[in-house]
Amino acid sequence: MYSLKFDENVCKTCPTGDCLVKCQYLEVEKETAIAEMVKIGQGEDSFVLHDCVTCYACEEYCRRGNHPFYLITERREENGILTSPRAITKQWINIGEPQGKFRLGDVKERVLSFGFMPEFLRWIKGKLFEDVMPSFIFGQEFFCNVVYIHFANTSIIKERLPKVVDNFRKLGVKEVIFLHDECYGAFAHLAPAYGIEVPFKSVHYFEYLYNRLKELKDFIKPLNIRAAYQRPCSSRLSSDKHHFVADIMELIGVDLVEREYQDDNALCCTGIFSMCFGYDLAHDVQKRNIDDMVAHDAEYCIFNCPACQGSIGTQVAKRGIKPIHMIHLCRMAIGEM
Amino acid sequence: MNDIAQSLTKIVGEAYFSDQPEEAYFYARDPGLMPPHKPDYVVVPKRVEEIQEIVRLASREKIPIVPMGAGLALTGLVIPLKGGIVIDMKRMNGIIEVNEGGRYVIVEGGTSQGLLKAYLEKNYPRLRHSIPDSPATATIAANVMIHGQGRLTQQYGFNSDMISGLEVVLASGETCRIGSCAISPDWFSKGAPMPDLTGLFLGWFGATGIITKVAVKLYPRKKLRDVEIFITDREDLIPAMVYELTHTEMVEDINVFAQPKPMIFKDNHHITMFLTGDTDEEIEFKRKMIWHALDGFIKSKDGGFMGVPPVMKPTLLETPQRSVSRFADVKRGGGFEYSGPIIMVDKYAACIHKVIELGEKYDLGYSGMARIIGRSHAMMYGFAFTFNRADPDMMDRTRKALHEVSEFALEAGGIFWKATVDEQKMAMAKMDPNTLGLMKMIKENMDPNGIMNPGNWEVD
Repeated sequence: MYSLKFDENVCKTCPTGDCLVKCQYLEVEKETAIAEMVKIGQGEDSFVLHDCVTCYACEEYCRRGNHPFYLITERREENGILTSPRAITKQWINIGEPQGKFRLGDVKERVLSFGFMPEFLRWIKGKLFEDVMPSFIFGQEFFCNVVYIHFANTSIIKERLPKVVDNFRKLGVKEVIFLHDECYGAFAHLAPAYGIEVPFKSVHYFEYLYNRLKELKDFIKPLNIRAAYQRPCSSRLSSDKHHFVADIMELIGVDLVEREYQDDNALCCTGIFSMCFGYDLAHDVQKRNIDDMVAHDAEYCIFNCPACQGSIGTQVAKRGIKPIHMIHLCRMAIGEM
Repeated sequence: MNDIAQSLTKIVGEAYFSDQPEEAYFYARDPGLMPPHKPDYVVVPKRVEEIQEIVRLASREKIPIVPMGAGLALTGLVIPLKGGIVIDMKRMNGIIEVNEGGRYVIVEGGTSQGLLKAYLEKNYPRLRHSIPDSPATATIAANVMIHGQGRLTQQYGFNSDMISGLEVVLASGETCRIGSCAISPDWFSKGAPMPDLTGLFLGWFGATGIITKVAVKLYPRKKLRDVEIFITDREDLIPAMVYELTHTEMVEDINVFAQPKPMIFKDNHHITMFLTGDTDEEIEFKRKMIWHALDGFIKSKDGGFMGVPPVMKPTLLETPQRSVSRFADVKRGGGFEYSGPIIMVDKYAACIHKVIELGEKYDLGYSGMARIIGRSHAMMYGFAFTFNRADPDMMDRTRKALHEVSEFALEAGGIFWKATVDEQKMAMAKMDPNTLGLMKMIKENMDPNGIMNPGNWEVD
């Protein structure tokens, strides 16, 4: 059985307690933060297990790689502390169950992973992807299942993720470019944390886009727009790739507004919050987030995750800001949209 | 051509009369599972006077007559059980008057739901009627005749509660106006403050008269409409959840469904609620009230609002919803029937347990769907089964399952909606004898020759 690599001593010697001190949804001092994480590591109850809203950010805040969020998730599951209503969890687990309805392109050693996001079947076209397409995979059989950490359910991940890895292995792929950073986080971050071997190189699509745009630089016409970036929860699992947002914006002439809720301080799109915790938390976070975009005169809101775009794209648009996915933005920069 | 045929041809014109086997085949059946029975004649009149003449002829000759809207009830209500004349009402599809200030519309007896919806959207965009989820060809008169439900049923009751006047042709051939229109030029009330005589016709399936005009109340049509879905794995909590929702008085329509496929719906019960508003602020206020009403269930983790994907919303917001038709073809072969008793909301758990039990017992595709009637006063619970029309065995299993539903519903205190002839008999067998006697007296007095849709509501 796969088990989490967590070292209680790392927490005990932590100089900052950043995992909880920097949390935007809990008010925690350094000493309390360290004490609570040690308690959680030792299997004791903690208010954190009851109050954490599953934003993933502590995985990034912990610079010592001790996986606080995975630990919180494991302990919640062990103690039956539900984050989401049971029906919501069941629904999501059912949605992700493989049913043999996957779709394969002309799969080569280098392949694009659409995960289980049907939007990509329509979106992925044009010069940006012509050196890989039509090599792609799509379907529950290739779905990373990481979303279930929102639902305090790591056992389903441990059950399904190795099978997903095996499905990739059977295809003989050597390099997988993940178009959803939750999937990238699964193979580049979560799988190693649980000792699951990944037999291919994982590439974040931001890195891929950045490199492609450099190759296509003659086609780029600077967009000269002001944009806010909506950072998704799963981006916290691959914070080493976050710099590509700024790098890409620079390449395509987008002024990334310096707003309060960006980078470390990014706020959740609230899709999960509303399902798990109801109206008030989701409404408050969403309002603060969009108010912040408006206050900084953003003309566009750039989405990394289609699910985030589905959650607040309409609300963003109603405030006069155009919602756009990163892929579409990049295609726009090379004159394809 | 015999004398009857000649007389009918003379009344409606050659083009709108048939005694040919092609038409007889078509008018012998409805899309449900009831056995067919051919009519002798089919007529498609255009004017009330034509209907009067047809009825007088039928009365004189003791020929059964069956008025028919779109024939979509699925329970055989317009199958001419004793032959005779089917009067297809579709040509009487006029919209006679919209009274904007009084918020009502008068339509002819064959006017379809879709026609009225389109007409209002084009000419009176601030008005709407309670449209059911049957295909748009379903007629307004037939829908109120069977006590149908629609998008405004949670707010205003059965669609038949929303009528404000009738014109009927009696078995004698005379026309009769029911409601304020019997005295006044205005069709604002179906009875009050006088005796309400609509009960002599509604729910009788044409066995006491033929509706030739009906006035239905119209309601404010807001500019915006949205949908939320609350899901739970606790069927026993559905009544309490619906109670809290109806208490808010913020919801347009509430449906609850459970079905095993597709996977997104497996294992859960889905309370689909629609909300309307003229502004984003109005919608958001209602949304907040609705979400807060169910906060306790979210905190206890007994339920939560699922994120409704943007791609799913147009389907859910369609009126009528075409997803019902898609369900009909799950097993291929286009077979679909449901039994939809009207029953208390607190019987929800028993109903879903029964539909699952029967689906498994008879190996049928199934779905359970409730439409809340009034502020949780009752619900229509649809035990729906889908079957392949090319598979006689599957059709037989569906019949058996539906029969068990009927027995269950009656036992659980429910009342059959648009009851089949067999269900009518079951209901009358259980009915208070004095009520039954009253029904017998009404029927015998209103239809002394027994020609009006015979076989229906016949008290032995």
